[in-house]
Amino acid sequence: MTAPFDPSDRLAAPSTSPARPPVLAVEDLHVTFRTGRREVPAVRGISFEVGPGECLAIVGESGSGKSVTARTLVGLAGPGAEVRAERLDLAGADVRRYRDRDWRRVRGRLAGLVLQDALVSLDPLRTVGAEIGEVLRTHGMVRAGERAGRTEYLLEQVHVPEPALRARQYPHQLSGGLRQRALIASAIAGEPGLLIADEPTTALDVTVQAQILRLLAERRAAGTSLLLISHDLAVVAQLADRVLVMRDGEIVERGRTDRLLRAPEHPYTRGLLAAVPSARSRGRRLATEVRDRTGGSPALRAELPARTVAPTGTVLEATGLHKRYGSREVVRDVSLRIARGETVGLVGESGSGKTTVAQLLFGLLDPDAGTVRFADRPWSRVPERARRPLRRRLQLISQDPLGSFDPRYGVGRIVGEALDPAVDRADRRDRVVALLDRVGLGADLLDRHPRQLSGGQRQRVAIARALAPRPDLIVCDEPVSALDVSVQAQVLDLLADIRAADGTALLFISHDLGVVHHLSDRVLVMHDGAVVEQGPVGDVFSYPRHPHTRALLDALPTLVTG
Amino acid sequence: MGRDPADGRGDRDGTRLRPEPPARLRRVPRNRLRRVPGTRLRPVLRRLGTGAVVLWAAATAAYLALLAAPGDTVDSIVGDGADSPQIRAQVVAEWGLDRPEVVQYLDYLWRLAHGDLGRSYLLQRPVAEVVGDQLLPTLKLALAAAVLGVALALLASAGTAGSRRPWLRRVTSTTELVLVSTPPFLIGIVLLSLLSFRFGLFPVAGDRGFAALVLPAVTLALPIAGLLGQVLRDGLDRALDEPFVVTARSRGLHERAVLVRHALRHALLPAVTLAGWLFGVLLGGSVIVEQVFGRPGLGQVTLTAVTGKDMPVVLAVVVLSAAGYVLVSTAADLAYLLIDPRLRRS
Repeated sequence: MTAPFDPSDRLAAPSTSPARPPVLAVEDLHVTFRTGRREVPAVRGISFEVGPGECLAIVGESGSGKSVTARTLVGLAGPGAEVRAERLDLAGADVRRYRDRDWRRVRGRLAGLVLQDALVSLDPLRTVGAEIGEVLRTHGMVRAGERAGRTEYLLEQVHVPEPALRARQYPHQLSGGLRQRALIASAIAGEPGLLIADEPTTALDVTVQAQILRLLAERRAAGTSLLLISHDLAVVAQLADRVLVMRDGEIVERGRTDRLLRAPEHPYTRGLLAAVPSARSRGRRLATEVRDRTGGSPALRAELPARTVAPTGTVLEATGLHKRYGSREVVRDVSLRIARGETVGLVGESGSGKTTVAQLLFGLLDPDAGTVRFADRPWSRVPERARRPLRRRLQLISQDPLGSFDPRYGVGRIVGEALDPAVDRADRRDRVVALLDRVGLGADLLDRHPRQLSGGQRQRVAIARALAPRPDLIVCDEPVSALDVSVQAQVLDLLADIRAADGTALLFISHDLGVVHHLSDRVLVMHDGAVVEQGPVGDVFSYPRHPHTRALLDALPTLVTG
Repeated sequence: MGRDPADGRGDRDGTRLRPEPPARLRRVPRNRLRRVPGTRLRPVLRRLGTGAVVLWAAATAAYLALLAAPGDTVDSIVGDGADSPQIRAQVVAEWGLDRPEVVQYLDYLWRLAHGDLGRSYLLQRPVAEVVGDQLLPTLKLALAAAVLGVALALLASAGTAGSRRPWLRRVTSTTELVLVSTPPFLIGIVLLSLLSFRFGLFPVAGDRGFAALVLPAVTLALPIAGLLGQVLRDGLDRALDEPFVVTARSRGLHERAVLVRHALRHALLPAVTLAGWLFGVLLGGSVIVEQVFGRPGLGQVTLTAVTGKDMPVVLAVVVLSAAGYVLVSTAADLAYLLIDPRLRRS
């Protein structure tokens, strides 16, 4: 069901002049992976063009074939990949019959590749300068003596301060934003006409993400064509002229960015757009039924179940928390109160101290000053023995459920372990099955091991485990930031259902303001270890008073949908 | 349908699992970088200190073990020579055996600290001389075997890592497995009977010239190459799966450069861990190989000393090998710092 190749799209792109040939032309591209006897078609007959100076985006979820497409374009689809195409032209040359030697001339010189998370995408054992210089060396761009100077110039081009110093440092010594800039510098070192960016901002904070997107826009203004690959429509909307939506290896919709966001035609695109949590989606369901992806505009979505917050009943209260590591104060005078059944959002960039706050509230760390009370009893600076009977009433859902499961346990045992030890064996299985049912998982998963589950299933198992002891409060530490947008929508809906049914209070920690806005009653904004602003979520996000809150909100890529 | 096979780490799950260190920890100010050479000295000094303690412990343990062993020291010294109460009294006086054991032990330590290894009971020569004469052939053999083994392992692993040449990979890893599980003396005997007895390519015994070194070195090197090759290939495979390798390839790098400049350094880290094991194999292996090929060396000396209860020589060999171990593991620790900049901070 490939959408017909629409030539008007090509003409519609603003910066494409008909006289100049496209940088990249793909027609009927198929990529199939062969493992043993099995054939897995990853890309199934897609066609598109990228004009000079144009930015084309491919949007899709994991498994949609978008990353395979990106890698195929530089001949790195991997071993066992079978690539077929009617046309595959890169910078005017047919690359279909290219051998490795030919590809090496293309890579870095005609097309540069930027991957996500430079901590692992740059060689951790080599300096940033060596990594950038490698492109210059491989393609014989500048003489050996001039390489260092050229490397510094490139780092300057991507706005890395103190380029001479940074060139001598290793990736782990740079912040996430600087690392990603260095990775981009290495991709543009060979002055390629096409830059392929595969999820270039996915591991970054919103403010850093905005900076990286600006940087990519700069490269494009300088004449580089851009193929942007992302799962995030909002990110793509900032930059792309045209968008392709991919699903299961096929393009289901294509068009100019503003048109596609305003009037999506395909139900899948509509579902994707509706699944993005934001201020507009507040109080509504995000996920579209898998079987019936009719979509519908967010305004028509079903309402979330009603619930009551008991403003007088306090579950957890923290006053004047301080925590320092050495001479560094990571938490400064943080106070917060969570009412029974309330959802409190805690937002901030990485390094703002929100995880340390979570550890203090959870009783994993003791504060240097201040107190935490849980269930009307002292919770901080008491022996663990005093906390243990109450532990079951405070649960945690982390960003990485896989790391919090024993890999040798099956799902049944993972969830069953969290049940009240008094529950006898005969009942246990039924209780676990009932819990799994609540989070939308079947009993057939009981014997599966964590590695055999998808990301969404794992997070559901983590939720089932957190629910098992019927807690008063669940601390959710970035529970959806590793998930695709549609899976994220399902998990958020699930959390909303659970708090309505059980009256569980949630502390929702996230760097994603959209997610927090969608779900929380109140929000606290953290910056440099201190809470700089707090209040009802609507007030804080609509009329931010603190400059840092404003900066966070400004950096948030938004979808302007019709 | 599952996820696309090449997506692996590239997509959302996976890469963000590592908690990011707080921003202020990640930035390294200029002055701290400049101070690095100074801070590197302290771990070196600490390791040397630990090394001294290890040496002392090894010397003491060996001393106590020999003390506890049955038999009389005077018997060992007198050996098959003339025996009479006068001679015995003379021996006791000459070697100071009538002193309390603690004093003897402290005297031994004191001499050891000054580099005096004592006199051999059997040969009536200074131990330093006895060992020194035999050290060179063994060192030659060990060094040749180590270099050959590491080189073979590097070639075999780099040539077959990744998914290229699957048939060669299968052949190589099977060969490695066979080599690892065969005792070295068997390899030596097979090589001897084939290349020396049948074809007369190499001398059967002795230590004259380069040709005499070939077969013993190969015998000792093959098991080393077998295990090291497997460890290196595993490390290379793992490194080749990392996203930074995709980035390196996307720069137009030749596959050989990807292996040598990127993957190999990552693969070396687990291999360096084996340095201690390597030293042990060389030490233990050379005793056997020297027997099989009739070579002079430490192995011969040790064997004679142990059977003859020649205490000073045995002690010297023990202390010497402990020193070797300390040296090798210190070098390995420093090699880690050299290879992996992430370890340099603490």
